[in-house]
Amino acid sequence: MLLEAPFTEEKIRALKVGDKVEITGLIYTGRDAVHKYLHDGGKPPVDLKDSIIYHCGPVVVKEKGKWVVKAAGPTTSIREEPYQGPLMEQYGIRAVIGKGGMGPKTLKYCQKVGAVYFHAVGGAAQVLAERVVDVPNVHLAEKFGSPEAIWEFQVERFPVVVTMDSHGNSLHDQVLAASSDRLKDILG
Amino acid sequence: METKILQANLLELIRRTSAELPGDVKQAIAKGLRKEKKDSSGQYALQVISDNIGMAKVNSLPICQDTGTIICYAELPSWCDEKTFRKTYERAVVKATKVGYLRQNSVDSITGVNSGNNLGPGNPAYHFHPAKGKSLTVKMMLKGGGSENMSAQYSLPDNRIGAGRDLEGVRRCLLDAVVNAQGKGCGPGILGVCVGGDRGSGYVAAKETLFRLLDDKNDDKRLAKLERQIMKEANSLGIGPMGFGGETTLLGVKITHRNRVPASFFVSVAYMCWAFRRNGFQMGEGGKISRWLYES
Ligand code: SF4
Repeated sequence: MLLEAPFTEEKIRALKVGDKVEITGLIYTGRDAVHKYLHDGGKPPVDLKDSIIYHCGPVVVKEKGKWVVKAAGPTTSIREEPYQGPLMEQYGIRAVIGKGGMGPKTLKYCQKVGAVYFHAVGGAAQVLAERVVDVPNVHLAEKFGSPEAIWEFQVERFPVVVTMDSHGNSLHDQVLAASSDRLKDILG
Repeated sequence: METKILQANLLELIRRTSAELPGDVKQAIAKGLRKEKKDSSGQYALQVISDNIGMAKVNSLPICQDTGTIICYAELPSWCDEKTFRKTYERAVVKATKVGYLRQNSVDSITGVNSGNNLGPGNPAYHFHPAKGKSLTVKMMLKGGGSENMSAQYSLPDNRIGAGRDLEGVRRCLLDAVVNAQGKGCGPGILGVCVGGDRGSGYVAAKETLFRLLDDKNDDKRLAKLERQIMKEANSLGIGPMGFGGETTLLGVKITHRNRVPASFFVSVAYMCWAFRRNGFQMGEGGKISRWLYES
């Protein structure tokens, strides 16, 4: 299904674990340095209300005066587990995109504030880069370096799967429980 | 020997390895795609993976942005000495990094500084053997960090998983490794396994056995049977591509063995992600490549 900006609470609350979603609109990258900075009280350089944060350290180069994305796969999200939930609440972040899923703290906040976790396909650098159609701006690049900066990505039909929803469900927990049970059966 | 020609060949080897998946891997992914339920998230993930593989080849760009640890295996004939080979390979690596076939992936473990050219202590990693005939054989593998983090070594007996010192114990280790890697190692994955050896040689052999073709058959009947069994059992766990749930959890299992001391029994599991990048060539003294080891 399609998810288009603006990313309102209503649209996000309608999503369920397992939904295949294609996102169109403006999203922001942010990884370790950005999360730590915001958590320590740093001022966000962009308005994060109803935003989507992408856990990604992209490869971006300037070609003919324009930013072009060469690789934009997701990075492991669990490192932001201590910060993510509180930041969602404080700034109204509606969703994060990453890989590997997040823990119980983030899941609780998703439920509380109306947010979701989108899983991108790990390693799919080329397909994901192609869906970034424009890079209007970059923030905090001098402070943190290019991969850790906040990049504004205009994405079109960016493919993800909802693996944690705002109703307390986590696909990661479900698959882990089911596969562990199945393993017990196999081993007898 | 003309090192210029060797360098050009090595650069092409790095490019192919980074941008083009070997045919056996593509076939295994295509097979998985046919098996996944229509409109499931597992099918969706495999479709994106499959599109990505196609795009990387057309654009001659890295399949995954993590171009991993560079592991090089070379069988050297009398006309190519180790020192010259290393020097030439390193020049090719620096060039490949400059043009973007490889990401800057070599970090000083003490200072945290990235060397910027993929060279440094232990990088690239080499394994040299003398060649049997007159040609030079070079194989390489790019092993991503996310997949390497999911590699595991078991010391048997292991009470947690009820694994004793026999093939049944090995089976328990392998299924445990698959369950632990879910959602982390960018599945569907491939297991390279070594039963026995010491902690070091076990991992080396486990990685090296990943060079076998996915659809080949183990010469050792007992291990061939175990490989088939693990494939079937692991793919019945329902973990699926990316851990989204589904039918395709493993694309292959390759098992080898080494003798051990009576006191130890290690099972080393080298976990590989779907971006299973390996290739190689054979070349004669004149510099002509007689054969690529993996059809694309
Ligand atoms: S685990 Fe493999 S596919 Fe995933 S990011 Fe690492 S190298 Fe890429």
